[in-house]
Amino acid sequence: METKNIMIVGVGGQGSLLASKLLGRLLLTKGYDIKVSEVHGMSQRGGSVVTYVRYGDKVYSPVIDMGQADFIVSFELLEAARWTEYLKPGGKIITNTQQINPMPVVIGAMEYPQSLAEKMTAAGIDLDAIDALALAEQAGSAKAVNIVLMGRLSKYFDFTQEEWMQAIAQSVPAKFLELNQKAFALGANA
Amino acid sequence: MKQLMLGNEAVARGLYEAGCSFVSSYPGTPSTEITEAVAKYPEVYAEWAPNEKVAMEAAFGASLAGRRSFCGMKHVGLNVAADPLFTIAYTGVNGGMVIGVADDAGMHSSQNEQDSRHYARSAKIPMLEPADSAEAIAFTKLAYELSEQYDTPVLMKMCTRVSHSQSVVETGERVESIKTYEKNPQKYIMMPGNAKRRHPVVEQRTRDLVAYAETAQINRVEPGKSSQMGIITSSTSYQYVKEVCGDTYPVMKLGMIWPMPEEKIKEFAASVSMLVIVEELDSFIEEHCRSLGLACVGKSNFSCIDELSPLKVAAQLAQPWQTGVKLEEAIPPRPPVMCAGCPHRGLFYTLKKNKLTVLGDIGCYTLGAVAPLAALDTTICMGASVSGLHGFTKSQGGAADGKTVAVIGDSTFMHSGITGLVNVAYNESNSTVIIVDNSITGMTGHQQNPTTGFNLKGDPCAKIDLETLCRAVGIRRVRVVDPYDLEQCDRAVKEELAANEPSVIISRRPCALLKYVKHKAPLVVDNDKCVGCKACMKIGCPAISIVGGKAKVDNTLCVGCGVCQQLCKLGALKEA
Repeated sequence: METKNIMIVGVGGQGSLLASKLLGRLLLTKGYDIKVSEVHGMSQRGGSVVTYVRYGDKVYSPVIDMGQADFIVSFELLEAARWTEYLKPGGKIITNTQQINPMPVVIGAMEYPQSLAEKMTAAGIDLDAIDALALAEQAGSAKAVNIVLMGRLSKYFDFTQEEWMQAIAQSVPAKFLELNQKAFALGANA
Repeated sequence: MKQLMLGNEAVARGLYEAGCSFVSSYPGTPSTEITEAVAKYPEVYAEWAPNEKVAMEAAFGASLAGRRSFCGMKHVGLNVAADPLFTIAYTGVNGGMVIGVADDAGMHSSQNEQDSRHYARSAKIPMLEPADSAEAIAFTKLAYELSEQYDTPVLMKMCTRVSHSQSVVETGERVESIKTYEKNPQKYIMMPGNAKRRHPVVEQRTRDLVAYAETAQINRVEPGKSSQMGIITSSTSYQYVKEVCGDTYPVMKLGMIWPMPEEKIKEFAASVSMLVIVEELDSFIEEHCRSLGLACVGKSNFSCIDELSPLKVAAQLAQPWQTGVKLEEAIPPRPPVMCAGCPHRGLFYTLKKNKLTVLGDIGCYTLGAVAPLAALDTTICMGASVSGLHGFTKSQGGAADGKTVAVIGDSTFMHSGITGLVNVAYNESNSTVIIVDNSITGMTGHQQNPTTGFNLKGDPCAKIDLETLCRAVGIRRVRVVDPYDLEQCDRAVKEELAANEPSVIISRRPCALLKYVKHKAPLVVDNDKCVGCKACMKIGCPAISIVGGKAKVDNTLCVGCGVCQQLCKLGALKEA
C-alpha cells in the first residue's frame, strides 16, 4: 500500500498530540508501518504546531513535505490556510472554524485574514469546515475539540466504530471517556 | 509485541535492555525525553544533574565503578561537557559508557545548529547514528558492546526528527551487566606521563574501529536499479533519500558515523558513475570521501543551513515533486509567546519601562525578546547573561551602571550562572543580576532542578536556597520580588540599580502552567470604562485583544494574574 499522510495542525496547547497518539494506536492495530512526528519544546507555547502521521507498508520520512498530505486536520482556521501547500492534489482539509489571533494580530501589526474558508474553496481546495469548538462544548468540554475533529476524520476512513472507540479508550482518561465518545459522534455526524 | 515508540523513549528502552543502571543528564530539547523515559524503569537510577559537565563526569564515575552508564544532552550541552569528553576518550571505560547527544538542525528550539559529529572526530571516539526508533534501541545496545569491547565511551547521536518521531519497535528483555572496579593509575590518572602512554592507545583504537566499520552490519549497502549515481547517507537524510528515490539508486547507509569505513566506501564509489553525499548540516561524510581521494557531489548542492527535507532532497537529485496550492493571502505568522499568566511578563514590562539594557539567557524568558515587550539585548548560551553583564559594566568604568541588568532563570542559574556571579562578587563589578525563579525548568517541559526541592523521580530532596547562595558568594544586596506586583518590581529595579555595589533581585513566582498553581478567575472588561487606549496591550498577553475598539479578555486563557489590571488607569479590567 502506498504511504498515506495525515497532518494535524493547530496552536500549541490545543491537544493535537493526543489526536496523533490516538491515530497511531488505531493504525498500529491494523498492522501498518507507522511514523508519527512532532516537535516538542519552544513551539508549544502558543505557537503554530504541526504533527505528521504517516502509514503504509513501509514508511521512510518521518515528516510530510509539500504536496504529500492526503488529509490536513486543522484545529484553527488560520492554521489550515497556512499549510495548504502541503496538501496533495485531491487531498482534503478538515478544519475547525475557530479563530485564535496570533500575536501579530493581537498587537495590531497584522489583520486576521477574512473569509479564509471561502478563499480556500475558491482556490480549489476540498474543505470540510465545522465548528468543532461549539460541538466540543456541546459534548461537555471545550478541550474535546481534538476528538470532535477525529470523529470528523473518521467519516473518510473505513475503520469500524469499535476500532475508533477502542483507540479513544486507550488515549483519554476513563472519567472523560463518555464525554469524548459523545464528542466523537458529534464530529462524525455534524 | 509491536508498539509505537518515540525515538527518545527507544533510546531509553535500549538503555534498559542493555543493563544500564546509571543515568545522569541535563534537560535540553530535543534530548529531554530519553532521561524522563528511562527514569520510569525501577532498575535504572536516573537523575537531573545541574549541568552536562557534571552529568558526564557522574556517568564516568559510574562506569569506573563497573556499571553501564549514560548521560544525555542536546548539542550545545556537549560543549559544556567537552572537557571531560576529551579525556575520558583517553582513559576509556570500565562499565560501558554511552553519551547521548541530540542535534537540532533547523533550530526548532536552539540558539545554533552546530553539528555534533565533529566532536566524535576531534575527541576520537566512535559515534552511532540511528535513523528511527527501532535502530535507536538496537544501536544503544550495540553502543555498550562497542564501549566495552574497544574500551571507549561511545557517542549516540540523535536529531530532532529521530528523537521526536514515533515509529514501530519490538522490545526485548533486560540483561544485567556489572563489573568490579580495580585501581589502575596508568589508565585513569591522566597526568602527562600516563596521558602520553594513553594517546597511542587511542590512535590504535580508532584504527581498530575503522576495521570494524568495514564489515559492521550497521554500515549497509542497499542495492539500486541504476548505477548512474550512488548515495552515501545516514540518519534522517537516509529516510529522505529513500522517500524520494526508493530503490532507484544504490544507497550506503552509515549507522556508525565515526570512524567511517575506507575500503567499503571506495568499493561503493567504484561501483557507481557518480558519488553523491546526502547529509544534514556540515560536510562530514563528504570530507571523509574527499580525504580518500574520491570525487563526490555534496554541499555544492545540499545546503549546510537548516534541516533537510524530502522536497529539498528531491530537488537536488532532480526527482519530480509536485507541491500543493499556495493561497494568495498574507498569513500572519504565529510565533511562540509567553503564556497568559507567565510570571516573567511583569518583570520584563518593568525592564522595558525603565529602558534598560538586558543581557538575557536560555529559557522561556528568552521570549521576552519578542514584541511588544522586546526587552532583551542578548542571548548567547547557558549562563552568559551574568558573566556578560560583568564584562559589560566593568569595561565601561561606571558608564553602564544603573542602566544594565542580567536576566537568568533558576535552572540556568544552577547550570552555569553561579560561577558568573562569583566573578561579579570577586572582581567587584557594579552589576545587578535578576534571577527569574519560576520554580521549574520551564522551556524543556517542566523538569525539576536543585532549586525546586524535588528530584527527577518526583521525590522530595535538598533544596538550594538562592538567597543564601547569593549571599555566600559575596553579594550583600539580595532581595525577592513578586513579578505580578509591578510597583514592587519597579521599586526593586530602581533601588538596586542605584546602589553602588553588586546586587541580586530574585523575581519569584511559580510557572503558571504548574499543576499545583491555583489560578484566579479570569478578569472581565467593564465596557463602560474601557476607552480602547491599549495600555493593557503593552505586555503582549495572549489573553487580551481589542475587539470593536474595546479590550476583550479570553476567559479560556486568562488566569487572573492581574498584571494588565495594574496598567489600566481607568479601572476597566475587573475581577469577575
